[in-house]
Amino acid sequence: MNLRKASLAAAAALTLALTGTACGSNSGDDDGLTIGIKFDQPGLGLKTPDGKYEGFDVDVATYIAKEMGVEEADIKWKEAPSAERENLISNGDVDFIAATYSITPERKEKVDFAGPYFMAHQDLLVRKDDNSVSNEKDLNTSDLKLCSVTGSTSAQNVKKEFAPKADLQEYGGYSECLTGLENKAADALTTDDSILAGFAAQKEHQGKFKLAGLSLSDEPYGVGLKKGDKDMQKDINDAITKMVEDGSWDKAAKKHFGPANYQYDKAPKITETS
Amino acid sequence: MPSRPDGTPLPSNEARARENVFDFLDQYDVWEAFWVTIQLTLYSAVGSLVWGTALAAMRVSPVPVMRAFGTLYINTVRNTPLTVIIVATSLGLYQTLGIELGGGTSKDISFKLAVLGLIAYHASFVCESLRSGINTVPVGQAEAARALGLGFFQVLTLIVLPQAFRSVVAPLANVLIALTKNTTVAAAIGVAEAALLMKEMVENESDVIFLVFAVFAFGFILLTLPAGLLLGWVSKRVAVKR
Amino acid sequence: MSDLSVLYDAPGPRAKVRNWLYTVAFVAVFALIAWWVLSEMADKDQLAGEKWKPFVEDGRVWTTYLIPGLLNTLKAAFLSIAIALPLGALFGIGRLSEHKWVRIPAGAVVEFFRAIPVLLMMVFANQAYAEYSTIESEMRPLYAVITGLVLYNAAVIAEIVRAGVLSLPYGQTDAAKAIGMRKGQLMLYVLLPQAVTAMLPALVSQLVVIVKDTALGGALLGFDELLGQVREITANYGANTIAAFTVVALIYILLNALLTTLASWVEGRVRRGKKSTGAVVAAGPGDTAGVDAPGVDAAGGPGGAGKTG
Repeated sequence: MNLRKASLAAAAALTLALTGTACGSNSGDDDGLTIGIKFDQPGLGLKTPDGKYEGFDVDVATYIAKEMGVEEADIKWKEAPSAERENLISNGDVDFIAATYSITPERKEKVDFAGPYFMAHQDLLVRKDDNSVSNEKDLNTSDLKLCSVTGSTSAQNVKKEFAPKADLQEYGGYSECLTGLENKAADALTTDDSILAGFAAQKEHQGKFKLAGLSLSDEPYGVGLKKGDKDMQKDINDAITKMVEDGSWDKAAKKHFGPANYQYDKAPKITETS
Repeated sequence: MPSRPDGTPLPSNEARARENVFDFLDQYDVWEAFWVTIQLTLYSAVGSLVWGTALAAMRVSPVPVMRAFGTLYINTVRNTPLTVIIVATSLGLYQTLGIELGGGTSKDISFKLAVLGLIAYHASFVCESLRSGINTVPVGQAEAARALGLGFFQVLTLIVLPQAFRSVVAPLANVLIALTKNTTVAAAIGVAEAALLMKEMVENESDVIFLVFAVFAFGFILLTLPAGLLLGWVSKRVAVKR
Repeated sequence: MSDLSVLYDAPGPRAKVRNWLYTVAFVAVFALIAWWVLSEMADKDQLAGEKWKPFVEDGRVWTTYLIPGLLNTLKAAFLSIAIALPLGALFGIGRLSEHKWVRIPAGAVVEFFRAIPVLLMMVFANQAYAEYSTIESEMRPLYAVITGLVLYNAAVIAEIVRAGVLSLPYGQTDAAKAIGMRKGQLMLYVLLPQAVTAMLPALVSQLVVIVKDTALGGALLGFDELLGQVREITANYGANTIAAFTVVALIYILLNALLTTLASWVEGRVRRGKKSTGAVVAAGPGDTAGVDAPGVDAAGGPGGAGKTG
């Protein structure tokens, strides 16, 4: 009976699939570095279709690695979704994280930071021809359809601080909000200006959107690392300082944020020292 | 972050030990979330029944185009993940086509879109159940009706559907139970129903996740079990004895 | 009443005209809606070539995102059914036990996991693994999705197994007892092998439900399955959400249509099979089984109600 044969084959295939996933991929410590970045944030940390990584965070991390004596080829990139960042560091899954990681007192209870290496601010992305929002007060009205990502700090800030009255739609990702913004179903997308600039700078979006320039908060991006690792903190701080001094910082910022007409702050002062 | 949605920091472990174990519920409106779940269920249930019946009528109608449409609709919808359908209502209908279903805040619109998506999906199951119910009606019933000179709609609405409905209460009850559980998918477009609140709670109250899960599981059992038992009893009462 | 033309008379001249009018009206409304949708989309630049081109011209969209995503979907689906199958069989047989202390707990577990949404189990498992295990963050959503699907589907399969065993003619049990088989032998050598054949179509249909459910992990847990790829594609190709979403939806529909066809082919084979008793458990009795009669039927019965999509 053919069915029986088919069942057997299916069982064999399943066994294969099982064993295939059973092999873990926890490579031991070698000379390289494992660095956590975002994989889906154009301009900051993006995995391209070629399997390469690009963005400002990536450039900073690569520079730091180089200063620590690790070649670009020996870096293992690992995705660091926002909610996972503390876990990744405390479990030792990554050596450090450069993934739009704002330095906050709560986070400092769990991990240490080096830097900051960039100063971002929460801002709004609006359509190019839309001038209705010019200051913080314009936000707090139910006429304004805001869009943000479920559970993000920016969404919580809006709800609790700047605009409890605003009509906030929350989606799983930024691209859903961008589609809404493009089609006029949403009026503004809110999150860190660096992230917004990354989206606005994509070649498909150039000339469509602009930043409102509101500076609703300060988000100093730091490099997250294991609590108490003072040596690494110092190495990274030195690397960031050097990157700013030799002009690589400016070059990287211009490359990734320039096309969006984004007036980013100058490199911030290092604050996280021991 | 170790803080609750209203910004107050979580109590330390010692402080928590002194608290009542269910105190974590104070910070969240579980009733409100389940009320949204119930509303989603009720509106979608009525809508699915209406649209599903219309689809069943199309599938048995004398017009070939309508039959083809019914078949195509059901084969497509049944093979599409509900998550995809719900997200499509939000991205496609609302954001691209600008259908606001009466407007309101984006919370209201999301709720209505979710209902629409749930209807679109579950109507296909209602239709299939009904069609099998139509199959249980003896041929003689329709033949006798036609002999009396009734047209298609009269045969369907006066003779066949009333009998078909009585024989499919049990399968329809199963669709209702599946629908109740499937309302959780509305979380994908940010409708503040039970699953979304639970997701927020397990992330914020990570030390009591078992309790959180127990509370929500209990809530759903409370919703699905009585409905199943009640409709099971009804189905036996109304079944056509042949 | 499987020949549905009994519902209406053979159309005469007037009915023919009327049917034609209905056809024309229906097609016209349909075309109008389609035209409106397309023109709205064109208005909003959603039909622009640059948004759709990558799926045709850039092979990397497929090799980097869509195909790996599809493989993840399939991996989660097959692993789930592979683990849920033995577990479900165990509980299904447990519910048929003559001992109360086996039957009642097995029944309680099955009813519990069938009564709660699979999404709740996934969300819970995801957080529980984060708190109490050392599973890598990248693998955690996969584990969580599989855990949720296994718990739910083991319960559903338990009901399929029970229905499968109950669908066999009682003569099988009688005959086995008559030649002196013990209960274990009866189940293992006589009932289960036949029940498995009767269950096959239902199991393949259950696979469709599982494939659909994996999408929940992509939308809400960050699992890298097919639906999850929309986010990564749109991050690289400029927020072509609608285009990416359409392509992904089509892949789902094709995949599931394939599985559905397979299920009905298997069902046909089983029905016609001479060696089996010809008993068949209805495709996807899922929720049908527990509430009322077991979902065993002879001719295209109620079918399964929709599980989570």
